[in-house]
Amino acid sequence: MASLRDIKNRITSTKKTSQITRAMQMVSASKLNRAELNAKAFVPYMEKIQDVVASIAAGSNDTSHAMMTTRPVQKTAYLVITSDRGLVGGYNSNILRTVMSKIRQRHTSNDEFVILSIGRKGRDFFAKQGMTILDSAIALPDHPSFADIKEITRKAVGMFSDGTYDEVYMYYNHFVSAIQQEVTEKKVLPLTDIETTGSTASYEFDPSAEAILEVLLPQYAESLIFGAVLDGKASEHAASMTAMKSATDNASELIDGLTLSYNRARQAAITQEITEIVGGAAALE
Amino acid sequence: MKTITVNIVTPDGPVYDSEVSMVIAVTATGEMGILPGHIPTVAPLGIGAVRLKKENSTELAAVSGGFLEVRPDKVTILAQSAELATDIDLARAQESARRAEAMLQANKEEVDFQRAELALRRAKNRINVYEGNI
Repeated sequence: MASLRDIKNRITSTKKTSQITRAMQMVSASKLNRAELNAKAFVPYMEKIQDVVASIAAGSNDTSHAMMTTRPVQKTAYLVITSDRGLVGGYNSNILRTVMSKIRQRHTSNDEFVILSIGRKGRDFFAKQGMTILDSAIALPDHPSFADIKEITRKAVGMFSDGTYDEVYMYYNHFVSAIQQEVTEKKVLPLTDIETTGSTASYEFDPSAEAILEVLLPQYAESLIFGAVLDGKASEHAASMTAMKSATDNASELIDGLTLSYNRARQAAITQEITEIVGGAAALE
Repeated sequence: MKTITVNIVTPDGPVYDSEVSMVIAVTATGEMGILPGHIPTVAPLGIGAVRLKKENSTELAAVSGGFLEVRPDKVTILAQSAELATDIDLARAQESARRAEAMLQANKEEVDFQRAELALRRAKNRINVYEGNI
């Protein structure tokens, strides 16, 4: 049986750990709040751009753009959004597992696809698997602004345009609620399923619909990615919060158990002492 | 006086939302003035200033990379970045102008000239808008 001192040490160290996890939980909670606000601030931009793309696409049937046409697929790009650090529960492993199973389903060799990674965990994972990582963005701030991810979105869209790959899938954790995040797959390029809304106005295009699409579609695709990054960040903070909460709960459970055995050990020691004293006194009589 | 609603939206959130009497923006084909009741139009924007005229004042915003959507009663500017003159960080703009100029003058092969030039134009645009010298 562990000595009194051993148990006491374990109690103290577990207590300290739980203080840290509790602090981390609160930090994540406040980050989650901000991430949700950021995601909300992005909505009007996305809606508007979707609106205009849809109305251009609906208004003129003959306008087609390289980014809207499906071409025979020789290479696929997978854009995977993970976090930079661990301590986020199943956040990263869920997403990486999904991507791996999709890749195994669709491809037989590593030459058929490339990886674009946002987040250190994903990059390290795919590098270990020996897959080609064309580009990665790591060490993003907790609340990324569009300028922070512009570099990688521009490259991701640019490499589709110049034919490096022929389709782009994106994987991220969609924020459902603070306790639920869903791994989501989204086809970014080519842009085939543009949702058309009811309120389509017919526009004049200056100089032409083609010229507008030239500007608009890359911007649209980049916004899709940015939206996913914001969504992913919110999920990351939520996952981290949940993970830290259960760590704190586990720690207090452990402390309860340890305290119980500490008290038992203490009681046993007292009982033994008394027995010895009584035994000693009896021997004197 | 008739007015038109102007919204400037960026991925980082809305920047401007107000009623104005006239909007003047730099589009890819040249300057474009929009008054209330304009025909629905979409036009790409260059790097430049957007002038928002009210009854007796004019506000300026620095805009880069985006487009303009006009409806008879509403103008929406969707830009990758946009700041009102009052929100511009002048020191930062000057710093990035200097950096871009240094890169252009370095004349090295690995320098991406197109990017440096765009960065310079964006920075200059911000400085101009800040100083109100359009």
